[in-house]
Amino acid sequence: MSLAAIDSTSPTPQATAILPQRGIGDRLSALFWRRPEILLVVLLILPLGWLTVVYLGSLAALLLQSFYSIDEFSGLIVREFTLRTYLELLRPANMDIIIRTVTMAAAVTLGAAVIGFPIAYYAARYARGSWKALFYLGVMLPLWSSYLVKVYAWKLILAREGIITWATDLIGASAVLNGILALPVIGGNSLSTSYIGTWLVFLYVWLPFMILPMQAALERVPQSMLEASADLGASRLQTFRTVVFPLAMPGIIAGSIFTFSLTMGDYIIPQIVGSSRRFIGQAVYQLQGTAGNIPLAAAFAVVPIIIMLIYLTIARRKGAFDAL
Amino acid sequence: MINAVEFANVSRHFGSVRAVDGVDLSITEGSFFAMLGPSGSGKTTCLRLISGFEKPSGGMIRIFGQDVSMIPPNRRNVNTVFQDYALFPHMNVRDNVAYGLMVKGVDKRTRYGKADELLALVKLDSYGARKPGELSGGQRQRVALARALVNEPRVLLLDEPLGALDLKLREAMQDELKALQRRLGITFVFVTHDQGEALSMADTVAVFNEGRIAQIGTPAEIYDRPRTHFVADFVGSSNVLSPDMARSFGAPARWASLRPEAVHIVESNARARGTVTALRYIGAGTRVILAVPGGEITAFVGKGLKVPEQGAEVGLSWDDTVLHVMEEG
Repeated sequence: MSLAAIDSTSPTPQATAILPQRGIGDRLSALFWRRPEILLVVLLILPLGWLTVVYLGSLAALLLQSFYSIDEFSGLIVREFTLRTYLELLRPANMDIIIRTVTMAAAVTLGAAVIGFPIAYYAARYARGSWKALFYLGVMLPLWSSYLVKVYAWKLILAREGIITWATDLIGASAVLNGILALPVIGGNSLSTSYIGTWLVFLYVWLPFMILPMQAALERVPQSMLEASADLGASRLQTFRTVVFPLAMPGIIAGSIFTFSLTMGDYIIPQIVGSSRRFIGQAVYQLQGTAGNIPLAAAFAVVPIIIMLIYLTIARRKGAFDAL
Repeated sequence: MINAVEFANVSRHFGSVRAVDGVDLSITEGSFFAMLGPSGSGKTTCLRLISGFEKPSGGMIRIFGQDVSMIPPNRRNVNTVFQDYALFPHMNVRDNVAYGLMVKGVDKRTRYGKADELLALVKLDSYGARKPGELSGGQRQRVALARALVNEPRVLLLDEPLGALDLKLREAMQDELKALQRRLGITFVFVTHDQGEALSMADTVAVFNEGRIAQIGTPAEIYDRPRTHFVADFVGSSNVLSPDMARSFGAPARWASLRPEAVHIVESNARARGTVTALRYIGAGTRVILAVPGGEITAFVGKGLKVPEQGAEVGLSWDDTVLHVMEEG
C-alpha cells in the first residue's frame, strides 16, 4: 500500500498530524501536560492536608498543653503559659522514669544493631533467590501476628515456671540462669519480672525495624568496594571498620530511629513483662488517664522528641549521613 | 629470568562452567600485557586469579616466582584498577588515594604527602578535598589509578578501566596509561574486549576464547598472523576466508585471512572478481564490501583512489605474501 492510499482515507490533511481526542482521559492528560503543577496539586492535596491537620495539628496541641499547668487544689488545667510543668520533669521520681526509659531504649537499639547486623549482612551479600525470600519472610513474619499475643507469649516463655527455666534445668544450667537473675538492678525474681526480660521482649518485637534498613544500606555497597579495600591491603576487620560500617551507617541510624523511638513510646511491654518500675509511656498513660494531669503527660511526651532530635544532630555532626 | 606473573595449567571452574580452563602464560616484568577477549572468555577471571579474588580450581599461579595459592588478596603486592573504579564514596579523594597506606599504619603526614604526589602524577593536584561523587568519569578513573599505585605494586591490574569513558577521553587515556607504564616501569596487566585498545597499548596480547588462550603474541603477530579463525574474527577488520574461498583464491584449502588494505581493485590481471554490495566511507578512505564466490570480502580504497560504484563488477588483486593461512580452524 502506498502513502497516497493512506492519505485518501483521511478526511482532511490536518488529521494526519493531530490524532482525535478520545474522551475525558485524553482531556485530563492534555490539561496536565499543559499545566504540570495542577497534577502536583491534585496528587498532594489529600496527603498534605492530612499531614498538616491531623499530624502537625495534634503535635502542636500536645506542645501547647505542655506549657500549661495543673492547679494542685482543684485539679483543673490552668491555661496560662508556664514552664512549671517542665520543671516538674526534673523531680527525682520523674527523672528516674526518663533515665530508665532512655537507658532501655539505648540498650534495645544497641542489642538490635549487634544481632541485626550479621543477619542483614548475610541477606545483603550472600542470600539469593529463594533464600532471600526466606529471609524477608523470617524477618517480617513476627510483624504479622498480634503484638499483644506476642508479648503475652513472651511472658509465658520468661516466667518462673516457663520454658526457659525448664530448659536450663534440663541441661543443668540453672546455676547460670540464677546467676544472671542475681545481678543487681537488671536481675529479679524471674526473667519475666526483670529488666532483662523487658529488654528481651523489646529486642524481639523491634528487631525487624533494625534489620530491614540495615540490609537496604548494605545492599547498596558494591562487592567491588570490599574487594578494592582488600586489594589495597586491608584486613577483613579494617575493611569492616573503614568501609562497610561507615557505608552502612545511614541504615543503622534509620534502624536505630525506629528501635529507639518505638521503645521510648511503648507502654504495654514494660507493663506486662518486667519489674513494676515505670517507663515514659506508662507515665503518660497514667497521667492523662487516672491522674488527669494532661500538661505533665504532654511534657513527658515531648521528652522522646527532644532526645531524638539531639541524637540525630549528633549523628549528623559525626558524619553518619556522609555516605548518603 | 623471573616472570612477573606465571600461570601453569591454571583452571577455575564454577560448577560445570569452565571459566578458565588450563591456561599457561607468563608475563614479562615491566611489560604491558593485554588480555583480550569477548565477555565470558575468562579474561577477567584470570585477572581476579592474579589479585586473589578467585582461587584456582587447579594449576599453579606464581607472582615473581612465589606461589600465591594460599595468599589472600591483601597480602599480594599487586593492585587493581576496578572496572567501576570502586572509589569509597564517604572519603574524599586524598583519603581514597591514601587508603592503601592508611591500612598499613603509615602516619598521616607521610601518607598524605604520597597521596598528593600521586594526584599530581594523574594531574588532579587540586582535587584532594573533593568527594568522588563530585568528579567526572575520567577524573574518577585517574583517582582509581592513583589509589592503586600508592602501595607501589609490582604488578598493576586494570579491569576494563576505559570501558566507561567516551571515545575521545578513552583515546587520551590510552596514551596516558601507556606513557605512565613506561615511566614507572611497573608490569601492567590490562583486561579489555576492545581489540583496538589492546593492539595499540600492549607489548603482548593474549586472546581469550572460552576459558582458553587462543593466541598469545605481539600486536603485529596477532593482527597479521592470526593463529585461528576465532582470533582473526575477533581481532576484526581482517577478511576471514573459509577454506573454500581460500582455495578459490589460490591458497591451500584452510582458514585464511586477508587484510582489507592489501586487497586492490584492478582493471586487469585480476585474481578474483567481485560485485560491490556496499560502500562505507570512513574518512581516511572507503571500505568496499564485495560479494565473491563463496562469501564476501572487504577491500580498502585509500583517499584519492577511484571508488567503484555500488553494483559494479570489479577485478581484485593482492600480493601472495599477505594472504595468511591459519594453523587451525
